[in-house]
Amino acid sequence: MPANRFNGFTDYGVGIGLRIPHYRHILEQKPVVDWFEIISENYMVDGGRPMTVLDSILDQYRVVQHGVSMYFGSADPLNREHLLRLKTLARRTKTPWLSDHLCWGSIDGRYTHDLLPMPYTLEAARITAAKIRQVQDFVEVPVVVENVSSYAEFHMSQMTEWEFLNEVVEQADCGILLDVNNIYVSSQNHGFDPCTYVDAVPAERVAQIHIAGHSKFEKYILDTHDHPVLDPVWDLYARAIERCGPTATLLEWDDNIPSFDEVHAEALKANRFLQAGKIREEESLRNAGMPVEPELEPVR
Amino acid sequence: MTGELHQLQRRMAAAVMQPLTLDETMRKRDRSGRDNHAEAAGFIRPNDRLDSFERLEIYNRQYWFRLFSSFEEDFTGLQAVLGRKKFQALMRAYLESNPSTSFSLRNLGSRLLEWSCDNPQWTAPLGELSQDMMSLEWAHIESFDSASRPVLPVETMTSLSEETQISLQPHVRLLKLHHAVDNALIALRSDSGSSNSSSNSATASRIVRRFRAVSGVNHETIYLAVHRYEDTVYYKRLRLEDFYLLQAIQEGRTLMDAIDAAFEFSVMPEAERPGYVQSAFQHWMSLGWLCEVTSD
Ligand SMILES: [Fe+2]
Repeated sequence: MPANRFNGFTDYGVGIGLRIPHYRHILEQKPVVDWFEIISENYMVDGGRPMTVLDSILDQYRVVQHGVSMYFGSADPLNREHLLRLKTLARRTKTPWLSDHLCWGSIDGRYTHDLLPMPYTLEAARITAAKIRQVQDFVEVPVVVENVSSYAEFHMSQMTEWEFLNEVVEQADCGILLDVNNIYVSSQNHGFDPCTYVDAVPAERVAQIHIAGHSKFEKYILDTHDHPVLDPVWDLYARAIERCGPTATLLEWDDNIPSFDEVHAEALKANRFLQAGKIREEESLRNAGMPVEPELEPVR
Repeated sequence: MTGELHQLQRRMAAAVMQPLTLDETMRKRDRSGRDNHAEAAGFIRPNDRLDSFERLEIYNRQYWFRLFSSFEEDFTGLQAVLGRKKFQALMRAYLESNPSTSFSLRNLGSRLLEWSCDNPQWTAPLGELSQDMMSLEWAHIESFDSASRPVLPVETMTSLSEETQISLQPHVRLLKLHHAVDNALIALRSDSGSSNSSSNSATASRIVRRFRAVSGVNHETIYLAVHRYEDTVYYKRLRLEDFYLLQAIQEGRTLMDAIDAAFEFSVMPEAERPGYVQSAFQHWMSLGWLCEVTSD
């Protein structure tokens, strides 16, 4: 299941987010990393160091693009300049798929730079799905949508978040970037069982998984990406891998960023689950009388 | 077609983008006097721990924290000139009247200079010094990640005629300033472009940065090129003649016109001018500043 049409039939393992404080370490030490996720917007510029660094990274590593401001769910039309820059970048990185969030963040041309939650309505699903298709058609790379952490829900919502996600990806015929930390954060903020969410996601559409740390406050949880991954999130991750198979996984760490090695070590904890997933996958292939792929790549 | 969704998003954006109180909480009433508790309750569900207002407030705070953080990092020099309190007031006033219209936070300060000229009360009595600093800081942001084009080949350089047009690298920004803000800023900031790494995480509280003041910035007319060399942004002092020559090149004037412009305000003896022009061009070639004119 990991390689599917939503992730360009790739079989990526554990990646980490490319962040500025790690540039020097990566370029000088050239650590073995399966892949890097870049925030597209940080490289949608005309030149300078961001592009020089990106080109050096591209020489040596596989890169996948992750966006934060396409705002599929915004009632505004897509921004043409944004699309053009995204496509230019996608040509440069040869990203096998690209992701952005199931959210909105701009309206009437004004940007909040936040990932604001959607009202879970059929109208919103239809608009969102249409925009995802437009981006996919324009950029010509498979687009996958990521569930966000949220802190509010709307009276007008007619369905659960996972029903909304399913509606959108069905209509857009796109893949999912399943962020299990976001599921956990939202489950705590809105009082639902995160396992119900994971179980409801169409496994065959999951192209990638995000894991991250969060911060707990008295009355809510904030998606801060400034900690190691917490146990309940690892539990959800295990469940997601069980359902979806060993899927490309990425650790997000955006604030109080520790050393590269520390971030990488945290990410590699995911390998334990991925290996188990691979073994399960092989067993089911054997049971079905199908040939099993020869050798697994060693754990890095 | 986009009726309900559009309406909801307008309503939420208006709430999220409204200014915070000085304690950085959501205001009880909006500008028009409407009760924000009632407004929040109108579209946001409460839960067992937070009422609608409190849930909306999370987003209201996030919005401003993100903008403040980005703006503060981009304009550390201006903060050092104005002092923390005045800077905070200016920042809030600017961001309230200039919400972001770009998908990139890098462009947050793009209208600052113009706005400041139209609204001098926020920088008085340090208006000119403040505007010098914001011009330099914005030029730095632009120079950091703007395009770099192939440099003019040496052969072209040796066969230039008076009617030739050449152009300047897009990352070269020319500034005529009235204070030596270049030295002040070098002392303050590390080399980076806009702070604005986009990310998708939330911030628990406002980041308070170390504040450094500048004092005694010399009042003098300086000519500067803010440019990039091997991916690092530099501030290079120019002679008056350099400035006007480069400016004319940037404006797309012919070489003959540009050279005329260079000496319009110059006191350089005639005899020294040809030698100056030659060495100036050689120097700019070595910095990679000159390139061919392109159709765009
Ligand atoms: Fe994520």
